[in-house]
Amino acid sequence: MSARGNGAARERALTASLLTRTPLWRDAEQRARRLSGGRTDDAADATRMADDYRMLAHDLARARTLMPGTRTREYLEAAYARAHATLHHGAWHAGSALLVLARDEIPAAVAELMPYIVWSTVIFVLTVAAGYALVHRYPELIALFASPDLIASVEHGRLWTQGLLNIVPSSVLSVQILANNIVVSLFAYCAGFFFGLGTLYILGLNGLMLGAVFAFVGQHGLGGELLAFIVPHGCVELSVMCLSGAAGAAVGEALVRPGQASRSESFRVAALRSGKLLVACALLLVGAGFIEGFVSPDPRFPLWSRVAIGVVYWIIMLALLSGRLIPRARAPADGA
Amino acid sequence: MSRNAPDLAVDSVTGIDVSLAVAGPGARSYAFIVDWHIRLVLALAWYTFGALIYNGRLSLAAPASPPGGWFALVVLPAAAIYFLYHYVLELAMRGRTPGKRLAGVQLVARDGGAPNAGALLTRNVFRLIDSLPLCYGVGLLAVTLTREHLRIGDMAAGTLLVYEGGAALPAQFNAAGTLDAAGMEIVQELLARWPSLEPGARAALARQALARYAPGDDGGVSGPDADEALRQRLERLAGV
Repeated sequence: MSARGNGAARERALTASLLTRTPLWRDAEQRARRLSGGRTDDAADATRMADDYRMLAHDLARARTLMPGTRTREYLEAAYARAHATLHHGAWHAGSALLVLARDEIPAAVAELMPYIVWSTVIFVLTVAAGYALVHRYPELIALFASPDLIASVEHGRLWTQGLLNIVPSSVLSVQILANNIVVSLFAYCAGFFFGLGTLYILGLNGLMLGAVFAFVGQHGLGGELLAFIVPHGCVELSVMCLSGAAGAAVGEALVRPGQASRSESFRVAALRSGKLLVACALLLVGAGFIEGFVSPDPRFPLWSRVAIGVVYWIIMLALLSGRLIPRARAPADGA
Repeated sequence: MSRNAPDLAVDSVTGIDVSLAVAGPGARSYAFIVDWHIRLVLALAWYTFGALIYNGRLSLAAPASPPGGWFALVVLPAAAIYFLYHYVLELAMRGRTPGKRLAGVQLVARDGGAPNAGALLTRNVFRLIDSLPLCYGVGLLAVTLTREHLRIGDMAAGTLLVYEGGAALPAQFNAAGTLDAAGMEIVQELLARWPSLEPGARAALARQALARYAPGDDGGVSGPDADEALRQRLERLAGV
């Protein structure tokens, strides 16, 4: 028999011996399915999974050489991938994940994003001042920033927020407001993908509108009333605007200046890091939405209570962002 | 399964890398369309059910100035079903949804495992950008242009859509025969499908297989018993 014939016979024999292990692969695959689907918590199954993983790796390596274009190899690839995913899937519990997020990850993200938060706040404040100055100097420009209804209402000496609760119930108003604010906040973050320009635009536009409306309302002697309306929810809502802007700016800078990593890798890291801050923003906006629906338009709340609510909620926000809201459990003392 | 897309190779402690075939725009769109229909139908079903219960009569119309109860019972749950469908199911089903399952694909992280809650949230938040300007224009463009067929949400979250493997195992392998493993699979599959194939089609396929794997045994079969004779020759070749 020629050398080529010997080689072919040897290959067939090896293939046949490999394929005698088919029942083992089937068992391993079914075990991985059971474990990954959460249909078993049998410790013996879990222990055997580690052996299965090694066995599948060994047999897959042989199959890749002996029968590269076959379904057997495809089957082994899939079984091995499933075993890999099953073994490498960490334990996850919603409660502990949320606790870690609120206690550790959000404060860490805030610390990392601090320069962006400072710059976003500066930009926002500057655009508020610019909007104020523009409308203060050229009152007719308010038409660029506010709706005709709002303008007409203010010109007749009343804020558009007066009597709001006679039209829409607080609960509905709250949900509408918080849903809108969360979408704006998420969009400010996602728009960072456009090299940060989208975020800058959203931040700037919101700042200009706020400043312009304040200037316009002030010209009609309603500045104090507007401030009283905004204080309870606005302290947190405007801060969240700056936080979302910071998250978007971080995403934008990762694309503009990726540093040592590739642009896509840098974008991924920045998006995941900033995303944690967005969870805090969304939670804070839910609270702000309810305050805006139930407290801000209700004339029964005096100014001092409005200021108190606004300041307390803002302090809660600071505590959450700095990690003081949920302190870490103290490690037991040595020898205790 | 698409073979044009690259494979994701994940390092493993065993030294044998895990290879996952990346899904292309077709499988991705198919999964999305199925999921979109499911969530739309579920959201509309809830809206209809909630409206009928709320109104207490055969009417789906919203009240003139909708009170809080209407939002709480009808609008919010329907909106939650529609907007949280992907996130909740991907989290609960470890990177899968009914649409993805139907398309034979699943989401994985770069390490080959199921994506975590943060990555899934980021991926779904970025739908705001992927869905621009309409009909997922940005997302489709990104999927078409990137080597690994990623939309913006996948880039942000570090996730990929890959094919779920599910090939069947061959029944047996005759080491003493002349067939290699690939030939054995083809012949065995042809034999397994034999009853469901048209006689003309299976005869043509059998002749092709015999011509390729048993060149001396492929001709001379004709007449009314040709079908049975071809099947027997295939069985002999496969050692069944």
